[in-house]
Amino acid sequence: MNLTLFVWRQSGPNEKGKLEEYEAKNVSPDMSFLEMLDEVNEALIKEGRDTIAFDHDCREGICGTCCQTINGQPHGPHDGTTVCQLHMRQFSDGDVIYIEPWRAKAFPIIKDLVVDRSALDRIIQAGGFTSASTGGVPDANAVLIPKPEADLAMDAAECIGCGACIASCPNASAMLFTGAKVSQLAHLPQGQVEAAARVCAMTEQALKDGFGNCTNHYECQAACPKGIDVKFIAKLNREYIKAQLKGA
Amino acid sequence: MILDGKCPTGPIQQSWDKHRQDLKLVNPANKRKFKVLVVGTGLAGGAAAATLGELGYNVEAFCYQDSPRRAHSIAAQGGINAAKNYPNDGDSIHRLFYDTIKGGDFRAREADVWRLAQVSNNIIDQCAAQGVPFAREYSGYLANRSFGGAQVSRTFYARGQTGQQLLLGAYSALARQINAGSVKMHTRREMIDLVVVDGVAKGITVRNLVTGEVESHWGDAVVLCTGGYVNVFYLSTNAMGCSVTAAWAAHKKGALMANPCYTQIHPTCIPQSGDHQSKLTLMSESLRNDGRIWVPKKKGDTRHPSEIPENERDYYLERKYPSYGNLAPRDIASRAAKESCDEGRGVGAGGYGVYLDYAAAIERLGESTIASRYGNLFDMYEKITAENAYKEPMRMYPAPHYSMGGLWVDYNCMSNVPGLFVLGEANFSVHGANRLGASALMQGLADGYFVIPYTIAGYLATITPGTVKDDHPEFKKAKEDAQNRTDKLLAINGKKTPTEFMRELGKVMWNNVGMARSEKSLKEALQIIPEMREEFWKNVKVVGSGNDFNQQLENAGRTADFLEFAELMTYDALHRDESCGGHFRTEHQTEDGEAKRNDEDFTYVAAWGSTGANSAPELHKEPLKFENVELAVRSYK
Repeated sequence: MNLTLFVWRQSGPNEKGKLEEYEAKNVSPDMSFLEMLDEVNEALIKEGRDTIAFDHDCREGICGTCCQTINGQPHGPHDGTTVCQLHMRQFSDGDVIYIEPWRAKAFPIIKDLVVDRSALDRIIQAGGFTSASTGGVPDANAVLIPKPEADLAMDAAECIGCGACIASCPNASAMLFTGAKVSQLAHLPQGQVEAAARVCAMTEQALKDGFGNCTNHYECQAACPKGIDVKFIAKLNREYIKAQLKGA
Repeated sequence: MILDGKCPTGPIQQSWDKHRQDLKLVNPANKRKFKVLVVGTGLAGGAAAATLGELGYNVEAFCYQDSPRRAHSIAAQGGINAAKNYPNDGDSIHRLFYDTIKGGDFRAREADVWRLAQVSNNIIDQCAAQGVPFAREYSGYLANRSFGGAQVSRTFYARGQTGQQLLLGAYSALARQINAGSVKMHTRREMIDLVVVDGVAKGITVRNLVTGEVESHWGDAVVLCTGGYVNVFYLSTNAMGCSVTAAWAAHKKGALMANPCYTQIHPTCIPQSGDHQSKLTLMSESLRNDGRIWVPKKKGDTRHPSEIPENERDYYLERKYPSYGNLAPRDIASRAAKESCDEGRGVGAGGYGVYLDYAAAIERLGESTIASRYGNLFDMYEKITAENAYKEPMRMYPAPHYSMGGLWVDYNCMSNVPGLFVLGEANFSVHGANRLGASALMQGLADGYFVIPYTIAGYLATITPGTVKDDHPEFKKAKEDAQNRTDKLLAINGKKTPTEFMRELGKVMWNNVGMARSEKSLKEALQIIPEMREEFWKNVKVVGSGNDFNQQLENAGRTADFLEFAELMTYDALHRDESCGGHFRTEHQTEDGEAKRNDEDFTYVAAWGSTGANSAPELHKEPLKFENVELAVRSYK
């Protein structure tokens, strides 16, 4: 199939960007979306033109590096899928596709479709851990965890940190991302000791970096390639209120 | 030169404990005076940087990704081994040690493997304390499952995302240290050179991938945790950014490269769909626990799998290896798949695939049980192939996956260049000629959490901190070299893209230095690779500039390094005139097609030294001694 692409091109963080038109020819339905872009880039090289910059790495949907808004939807039209796992059979011959970077105040553009997501790292650095230094911990089976709790923790822990939740949110809120980490640890006994301090520190950091608040649009859950549930935002709020009552 | 691995002597059971006692310590007040550079933030690097930070060293960590949470350890699906013996099924440190030595086809160092098996238990404890959500039984205790190459259930897992969860554990520990100020994190940096002053590693040169700037960083020790090199095959299960660049830079500065011909081909990957393919996707080996592998008995049978009756199917692993069946080790399962396809019995487009069938397991256990075990893998498969594995068998084919070879290190994980430590997949130490499933995660974390914190102190205690800083002329020279290379790449302005070269190289490596190698195929590769390299430096086309975010330049640099490394890998494969583990020389096989070792002549580690561009590498040998296991024919029948 043949496609027309409109791709956001921006040479640097402080430069002005714009959508530019490209043709993608002879696209196989078995190609991934990124492989389609690879081919477009190969053609650009042959013409001596600068290639489209986009972040990608594992190409199997787990590292969370790839981040493109395709036709207005972070990670494109297929549910529960990262861009790298989106396949061209989702599109038809003659389609026009708009490709843009994540858009959020906290994610400045580096080049074209590449953004700086270090704000997410800073949220984790603020408290997304247990303070268990290496060594001197009890036997793993000394602390029992009911299976349903462990499963809930795992549901939350599936977050790949791609930032689609933020890109899809009208408020660019990081509450699904933050809620997932807070909930993972809140469902485990190992996370209890620092629970109150953690939720406060992480929330504060998110606000500092310019992420907005949740106003229940639930776009984040719809965009999340791992299907992280908005109930973890509710859990985040409960944990936050609990911490406030404790005076943490 | 005969190399000394500096393994402790005496009973192996006490070797690590005794060695730890003998190692020097660095006084807590002095630790912060030592600057340690950790390159790579996967399991090994993340764990090392976090732990060294906790101990009070002044740590700087580097990764090429935009965040230390994304290294390719994240893609490991199946699990992590430990000798906990929670299921009471006969496991022990000794058994894990033995299985790993045997799995590696008796080409690994005994003492290193013993230590790995010993600390495996600490890893599980540590990860549980970090809040890694391991799978649990209804009792609240940890769950275990079985994995290829073992007859006990010793694999711990977190759904199909064990690598992700373990990496996020290490990442969170690292995040805590970044927050505490003990680790300084540099993301989007690619190491392109090692700085060696008077024969000692004193720093690195990195390229800032955002600005293009070449930066110098000094350190009292450098810890390389930069992963493996199977992207030399172009199509592999590794992430696109995985490369040999950092390890190769260290090699060119004097570090020995050991056993580069030992590469692992993973038996269960999704077959290639066309020439556009950029990478191959692995499906966890755990799928083999419940899936049955088969091909049609008849050649060229194009019927739909559901139309092929039971008696016309060949469950070849169950037939050839009745006691291990579908759980035969990776190299054996991979070669058996290739043989079936080479016989013309492969399935799917192109005939390069075998079936992995869940019909019997679904009938026995129900669809919901299978979904709870493999649901995410089945979803992933469907996304890529548009086929539903609950309804029809998956198609699988082997793909390059892991490199057992790597930079040579002694028992302290230090290379022959003092001050340069190498951890995880980047070193050669524990997997011998073949790695067992669920052992990569174990090694990365063992090296990072429990080995390097002890052994690096033993080194640092013997040196004075901060004697060489980045104003030393060697740093300036390394920077100029890097800049010159960039300028050269950009100036060629030829006709072929870096990816085209990498694809061509990959094809040669897969066909001639892949799953089965012969003297003829290797000699042919040794003809082609230098020609390809020469063409690259005349005809590559790299667009963009050197002072900018330029992924084409990154690509070109990695390709240039692979074009050099590929030759050494082929050289090693040609020199090792035996078959062992993942290194299969067609001249050396038993009557039924198994790898045939030559213990008399090849029970050693081949560590190659660089002698400069376009000159033959120099071989150093480290003899392997087996005092605790008997060299045996590796049989899984």
